[in-house]
Amino acid sequence: MESLLPVAPFTGYVYPNETLIPWSVLVVVYPYLTGLVAGAFTISSLYQVFGMQRFKPVAHLALLTSLCCMLIVPTPLLLHLGHPERALNAMITPHTTSAFAIFGYAAGFYAILLLLENWFVFRPQIVAQAQTRKGPLGWFYRTLSLGSYDVSERAMHYDRKWIFALAVIGIPAAHGLHGYVGFVFGSLKSREWWSSDLMPAVFLFSAIISGTSLVIVLYVLSCKLRKVPVDLPCLKGMAYTLWGFVMFTLLLEAVEFASLVYRGREGIDMIIEYVKGPLIIPFATLQFGIGSLIPLALLTFMIWRGTTGKTLIAGATASAILVLLAVLMMRWNVVVGGQEIAKTGKGLLSHHPLVFGKESLVSGAAVLVAPFVLLWVMTRLFPPWHDATSSRSALASAP
Amino acid sequence: MEESTRDRKAGRREFLQLCGKAVACAGTAAAVAKAALPQAAAGTQPSPPKPDIPNYDWTRHRWAYGVDATKCIGCLRCVEACKRENDVIGDAHHFRTWVERYVYLEGEETPRIDSHSDPVNIEASGSESEYRFANRYKDAKVEKAFFVPKLCNHCTHPACVQVCPTGATYKTLDGVVVIDHKYCIGCQYCVQACPYGARFFNEEKQVTDKCTWCYHRITKGLQPACVEVCPVGARIFGDLRDKQSPISQFVRNNRTRVLKPESGNAPNVYYVGLDKDVI
Repeated sequence: MESLLPVAPFTGYVYPNETLIPWSVLVVVYPYLTGLVAGAFTISSLYQVFGMQRFKPVAHLALLTSLCCMLIVPTPLLLHLGHPERALNAMITPHTTSAFAIFGYAAGFYAILLLLENWFVFRPQIVAQAQTRKGPLGWFYRTLSLGSYDVSERAMHYDRKWIFALAVIGIPAAHGLHGYVGFVFGSLKSREWWSSDLMPAVFLFSAIISGTSLVIVLYVLSCKLRKVPVDLPCLKGMAYTLWGFVMFTLLLEAVEFASLVYRGREGIDMIIEYVKGPLIIPFATLQFGIGSLIPLALLTFMIWRGTTGKTLIAGATASAILVLLAVLMMRWNVVVGGQEIAKTGKGLLSHHPLVFGKESLVSGAAVLVAPFVLLWVMTRLFPPWHDATSSRSALASAP
Repeated sequence: MEESTRDRKAGRREFLQLCGKAVACAGTAAAVAKAALPQAAAGTQPSPPKPDIPNYDWTRHRWAYGVDATKCIGCLRCVEACKRENDVIGDAHHFRTWVERYVYLEGEETPRIDSHSDPVNIEASGSESEYRFANRYKDAKVEKAFFVPKLCNHCTHPACVQVCPTGATYKTLDGVVVIDHKYCIGCQYCVQACPYGARFFNEEKQVTDKCTWCYHRITKGLQPACVEVCPVGARIFGDLRDKQSPISQFVRNNRTRVLKPESGNAPNVYYVGLDKDVI
């Protein structure tokens, strides 16, 4: 049995029970996915709530992406649990002092909200398909239509009111959900690396940039695959949004780190040693350098030069991919990093995740890919494209 | 056409109202279910269920633990006894109790700290399930050295209990923090929250585990296994409500301190003979 456990080598002194890192890859993937949910929803809301017409081409795609990620969010948690069959204990008998006990309710509420909003948004397509499709797919769409085939202007107006209301409620719900994930870590006083009042805010802003980046990448990719031109004002809008939020995120993270160092509480020597040593690649290089500063510089340059056309598409997509990497690294550095600094304040551990197994690099990657497989299926069933001609062709080519 | 539209719209509105009622009913049902469930499951801390132990009244005890670090000789019989008594996984990564060694060498400002699970000590013992301290400083000039036994502090305000999402871990009325292994979901949030590293994950049972002060023994009038086997009396256990108990006398007759008081957890393991560097 011993050889199967991923024992972390250490330097200095660590408590004997610390040598098995409790939270690994799946607990890294979980906040990453919830972040994508909140961020994609933000982009969708810019159109649905704030009426920003330039985001119309991606509004439905962003909403569908948010739903697909949300539906997978419980998976990493369930896989992580020692007894996933008891997971509902946290909802049936929630322990109200636990930051985590309420997560089930908050996530459940938001998932229902997302399902409802998606239903209203895609209802015209569902009705159209329900009336024309035969066989199992016809039955599927007819079930989804809930017996209502009314797509008159009055009904649409009624639907739009619901969409608006759900989107308005969804903004605090989505962002609250993710700020709450930050609180799950930030409220733990046992680890200096986590124990920060700024943690919820850092999680929230990093969520927004990851979701925005994801929508940029998915939108550009979908345009290439569908062979339709990229809507440049829309892309530019998202690039601007990304630029602003990357800046906020970087500032917040810098302030958080500066506070940690400046306070200089017990154990800070070990943190400094950790940042200068094992974190040089994942933290300084990947998260800050390549993942944040380069896209920030690239986006700043493009905004300054008024870049457009193919250069804008390439630049925005490259920046978005780098930001996605930065946020993934941020999740890794927070979750795993916090556990690599021993609670003794006098030792450092080195986590080497398993490659195969229930909680491993492979299972983590599978969970990370799952929302996009789901999204691929969903875009076939509910085409989120806004360009009129391709919308019809997509509908026609739906399975 | 107009009428049919109105009908459909009305139908949809009815459906939404129905959904609303269903959600409300589900909420009420959940609330009722919660009220009906035993307190153990609910995990609410103020009134956990009375343990079904003959002749034991947990309202009449307040257990506490003392460690006299000046007496500990690092023999590790306590660690072995605990592993056997509580069926703890027999390797170097799962301990309900452990012993730390602090060694101050001449010319060095900070102590060298290790425990029996340090690779050097494991190598000296020859097995992960045999515990001893290697004589690794025999050629160095040692200025000061001492051992510190560690275990769960059964805090008055336990962070582990605070964060448990199901209430599977709770504080008993007699002052012991225990875990309901049949209710624990194995999320390990409590492992993270404990500042003392006292909790670990039991991979065999897929639940969290930790010291219970041998609750199954103390409720029958016995001492915890580690206290029972300590050959020098470095570990002291008893009932603070009994003024003549060993722990009451230990706390009364010594100037004690607790570990990491700044955590706000208010630990209930009282130490004598610690140095400032003890963590």
